[in-house]
Amino acid sequence: MNLSAETLEKIETTIPKYPEKRSAVMPLLHFVQSEQKYISNEAIEWIAEKLEIEPINVLEVVTFFPYYRQEKLGTVHVRVCRTLSCALMGAYKLGDELEKALDCKMGHTKEDGSVTLEYGECLAACGTGPVVLVDEDLYEKLNQTEAVGPMLEEIKKRAQAGAATE
Amino acid sequence: MAAVERKILLKHADEDYYSPSIDSYLEQGGYEGLKKALAEKPEDLREAVKDSGLRGRGGAGFSCGIKWSLVDRKSGKPIYLICNCDESEPGTFKDRQLVHKDPHQLIEGMMISAFANDVALAFIYIREEMPLGAKILEKAIEEARAKNLVGENILGSGYSCDIVVHRGAGAYICGEETGLIESMEGKRPYPRIKPPFFPAVLGLYQCPTIVNNVETLCNVVHVVNMGVEEYTKIGRHGNTGTRIWCVSGMVKNPGYYEIEPMTMKEFLYDVCGGPLPGRKFKGCIPGGGSMKILGAEETYTDREGKSFSFDEIIVDYDGIAAAGSMSGSSGMMILDDSTDIVEALANITAFYAHESCGQCTPCREGSLWTKKITARMCTGGARPQDVDLLYDMAGNIGGRTVCPMGYSTTWPVQSYIEKFRDEFDSKAQANECGMKSFDERLIEK
Ligand SMILES: Cc1cc2nc3c(=O)[nH]c(=O)nc-3n(C[C@H](O)[C@H](O)[C@H](O)COP(=O)(O)O)c2cc1C
Ligand code: SF4
Ligand code: FES
Repeated sequence: MNLSAETLEKIETTIPKYPEKRSAVMPLLHFVQSEQKYISNEAIEWIAEKLEIEPINVLEVVTFFPYYRQEKLGTVHVRVCRTLSCALMGAYKLGDELEKALDCKMGHTKEDGSVTLEYGECLAACGTGPVVLVDEDLYEKLNQTEAVGPMLEEIKKRAQAGAATE
Repeated sequence: MAAVERKILLKHADEDYYSPSIDSYLEQGGYEGLKKALAEKPEDLREAVKDSGLRGRGGAGFSCGIKWSLVDRKSGKPIYLICNCDESEPGTFKDRQLVHKDPHQLIEGMMISAFANDVALAFIYIREEMPLGAKILEKAIEEARAKNLVGENILGSGYSCDIVVHRGAGAYICGEETGLIESMEGKRPYPRIKPPFFPAVLGLYQCPTIVNNVETLCNVVHVVNMGVEEYTKIGRHGNTGTRIWCVSGMVKNPGYYEIEPMTMKEFLYDVCGGPLPGRKFKGCIPGGGSMKILGAEETYTDREGKSFSFDEIIVDYDGIAAAGSMSGSSGMMILDDSTDIVEALANITAFYAHESCGQCTPCREGSLWTKKITARMCTGGARPQDVDLLYDMAGNIGGRTVCPMGYSTTWPVQSYIEKFRDEFDSKAQANECGMKSFDERLIEK
């Protein structure tokens, strides 16, 4: 499998941190997904071999957790919290707005692969809701119009940068 | 006099002079507790934590010292410590503050706890949705290792222990301690049945394991620094120390507040600024989405038969228990007269339906059907008898499952219906389609 030297090194240093190899399945999946944007069948087999477990042991983890994907995530991953505190603060309205502004259906990845837009459950930032996680960055208090603009700009910027490197 | 915060764990967190770096922490006397602890006997430290009355901040409120005393020390197997930073109970965001703003306090608490329990390897299980938190922790551990505060032969004491950060992948059930352990082992996070799988005896890799919440472990630092006598002066009997309450929803000043026990009125008005202009509180979900709602107009009766109002509820473990709910993860969600209670329930049930691990039929099917029925009450297609159906169904979930999450799908349904029955009946009978609080497409059917 084709992985960057950097990812391979992370993998090699992570496995020995655990008393049992199988425990490294989640970190390995994280490393692979962050490089390849999804977990391919090839990756499942590769990780299984690396950790001396059966591919099904990797697949059961991939299919359980919402974060792991068997289809490619968009260049930018946008998650809107829809749980109660954020919902009370207007998360659903915000979701509509983002659908329109990004021209992307909620729960989907845009055809050009630039953006994945989804609802997610409580992001542990309920006091400043509604909140959105854009890749690794949290945006808060998004019921205030002036807060949404800069986030949208950032999403579009990242989406374009992604397209340029493809 | 207006009630105010009492900042101990969050003393420095939001101050301008402070950063998550080790230098900042050391400047404020950081790691003195660890030095002190390393000079003591582990069993004395365990005794001190027990005497401090420190209770778990993760959900159940079990005594930290007693939990530690249950660890099987005779098996000869390694003992593990896991810090639970899965923080995914709706309404909870305190661990996020502690990890992002003062990671070394947590690391010091973990190292003291590890030393007290002869732990040779500790883990932090942090939810995937806190990628920055994971990075901050990794960096802090490196800083601490460079100063010989983590790793081999800590400060020349002969004691060694490392910390590994383990990231989740978006599943709420990893917060449940045995689900968390399965996940750490690289499997699906299906909670284990107790007995026999009490972590203190059969935990990670079938070895004795301690699972503690972030806030609990941070408190250990202060128990050691202050000593039992000083620490037990904070709070009240059975509820020692401060607690960080996370307040969200329909209130003027949402946020996280570290307080000693005070009344609900003092807390919601003095500390949180009261309701939004022109609104009235309807109630509060006191300890994360799983917990029973407390109605603002309700009259409560304690075990001795004394009645008290919502305003008089004491905001701590025992005070909220006396009102018939639980302080849980201290995530307080406030609803006001603009909130449609049925829609609120539909939102909450959608969460638990999404997060059920699917192992137990009552939880898997029950959570799904509560979601479907509450959704149709909001979006059309409900029948008048749905309210009773929903209520009965909830009564058949809790207590019949592997893990306590069965109750998370039960308690909201039961308590919302018991306390706001009229609203449920009128919604089911009218079979209205319009949504008041939310947008209809957003309650998933
Ligand atoms: C469904 C479920 C979810 C839980 N989620 C969390 C969580 O996110 N964080 C946490 O610290 N404890 C959580 N708990 C409680 C843990 O099982 C465990 O009791 C706790 O981490 C123990 O730490 P403490 O004694 O320091 O409170 C959860 C429990 C259940 C049943
Ligand atoms: S109660 Fe629900 S979450 Fe807990 S083990 Fe059973 S199915 Fe899983
Ligand atoms: S409800 Fe949105 S972050 Fe908690």
